Amino acid sequence: MSASVAASASARAEGGKPRGANYARHYWAFAAPAAAVVGAVIVFPWLFTLFMSVHDWKVTGTVSYVGLANYTHLFTDDRFQWAVLRTLYFTLFATLAPVVLGVIAAVCFAQKFPLRGLARTIFILPMMATPVAVSLVWTMMFHPQLGVLNYILTSIGLPPATWVYQANTVIPTLVMVETWQWTPLVMLIVLGGLASLPTDPYEAAVLDGANPWQTFRHITLPLLWPFILVAAVLRLIDALKAFDTIYVITGGGPGTSSETINILLYQTAFAYYDLGYGSAMVVVFFVLILLISMILLRVRTSR
Amino acid sequence: MSGAAAGARMQAAEGRARRYRMRRLAGRIGFGFAVLMLISPALLFFLWTLSLAFKNEVDNMAFPPVFIPSPPTLSNFIDVFEKNDFLTYTINSVIVSFGATGLALLFGVPAGYGIAKSKATKAAVLILIARVTPGLSFLVPLFLIFQWLGLVGTLTPLVITHLVITVPIVVWVMIGFFEGLPNELEEAALVDGATIWQAFRHVALPLARPGITVAMILSFIFSWNNFIFGVVLAGRETRTLPVAVYNVLTFEQVSWGPLAAAALVVTAPVLLLTLLMQKEIVAGLTAGGVKGG
Repeated sequence: MSASVAASASARAEGGKPRGANYARHYWAFAAPAAAVVGAVIVFPWLFTLFMSVHDWKVTGTVSYVGLANYTHLFTDDRFQWAVLRTLYFTLFATLAPVVLGVIAAVCFAQKFPLRGLARTIFILPMMATPVAVSLVWTMMFHPQLGVLNYILTSIGLPPATWVYQANTVIPTLVMVETWQWTPLVMLIVLGGLASLPTDPYEAAVLDGANPWQTFRHITLPLLWPFILVAAVLRLIDALKAFDTIYVITGGGPGTSSETINILLYQTAFAYYDLGYGSAMVVVFFVLILLISMILLRVRTSR
Repeated sequence: MSGAAAGARMQAAEGRARRYRMRRLAGRIGFGFAVLMLISPALLFFLWTLSLAFKNEVDNMAFPPVFIPSPPTLSNFIDVFEKNDFLTYTINSVIVSFGATGLALLFGVPAGYGIAKSKATKAAVLILIARVTPGLSFLVPLFLIFQWLGLVGTLTPLVITHLVITVPIVVWVMIGFFEGLPNELEEAALVDGATIWQAFRHVALPLARPGITVAMILSFIFSWNNFIFGVVLAGRETRTLPVAVYNVLTFEQVSWGPLAAAALVVTAPVLLLTLLMQKEIVAGLTAGGVKGG
């Protein structure tokens, strides 16, 4: 591999300009069909959303230009503002818990042990399984009288929990489901990071007589930091966007106590068919996601 | 005298070795326990799903719960297919997921090659932004357009919107894969007078087969699992499986056995694929942290 890299480097040196440069223009042709598809199903909808967001646009057919009225409405809309706060509350914990557990899991799965492949596969099943299907099973498990979770709680002497049936426990419960589902993604990314770590610092640590915790705290963690951050940003974005599990398990309820931005957005656009207002919500939501992920990436580069 | 001292030393050494072995054993037991704790939420969840799906209705509603179906029954599965027309929905899901994955490979594999070769990082950023965008934000405008075109209620809008998920996954995986391939073979082909299309078709593409497999599996799984596009765009006859299983919850009187059986039918292909292809899936997910929706 390194020999071939050296060979190609010398070939480039002899040829003066790198050979690829002559063709770079032509390689665009390979991306053209995909670019057309991306333009049609991704970029065009973005632009069209912007266009719709400055209109009063009902599915029934009435369309009129209203300027920024949809946006100003958002800033006085209590329901939307509560949805934003709820989304942030959910996102904070649905990011922290999977990241912490995912790093611990990655460190475990980086060791060699019997049946590791099987254990790892079982561990990643929650993120591969169809979200709607697992949400339905969770719903049955949360049942206050007949659910298996309350049976387990009471049989070890704890009081039964209200799970998704009470306003103050619904979001922690949804965070639990999200953590169960997405800790594996963090684990996989961090595991990839662990596999790429250099071995020299570890040899030095062994020579210096460092114990496993010191090695982890002062060598592994700093080296893993970029991977943990990437995993955290991805997790954060996905938590902000969480839809399937919340929609299926609670539909935003009880009342509106688990109504996140995405759920409210769905209601606005596809239950009330208020597409203009929904589009304005999409734009604000999108800006919020970009802002939060950029702040996190800034943190990364400043370290 | 010296023999006794040597004996004592040996005994001490043996004691140390035994203590060391004991400590290592304790460490191993502790570690095994930690691994068990990590996998048990997933393991118990899916075992409980199996239990619900294979029990009769009386056992499913029993309290305290019955854990092991005795005897296991297939009636829940029969119920799902007879009462809910799951066969149609399965066919819909197969058409949509295979269609969206096939088209994504057709467009995305050459695109990944082009982007990797011309080192167009800006194009890669666009793919990342698509990854960040909530699925709902594509749906509002696309829903309107499909309505104008009179396509709502057919499978076409579903295949097209699923491209939103599958194309970025394929392009993302393929960029990484083509970047990792050595250049020499294609350069040799170009020197011998091949066009860049021929170099791609006959040299790079055969080498990229493992990457294409990874891209295909991931794109298929995330298309199969998608719920939100179907719930908005599908009509009665064009529901995909995730939408159909959700409707079992809302419109039937809730009975747990059929519900769990339906959930299992929907997710079984994906779980089987994960068990069989775990190496490819882990490789793909680790590389890009790709996820659809």
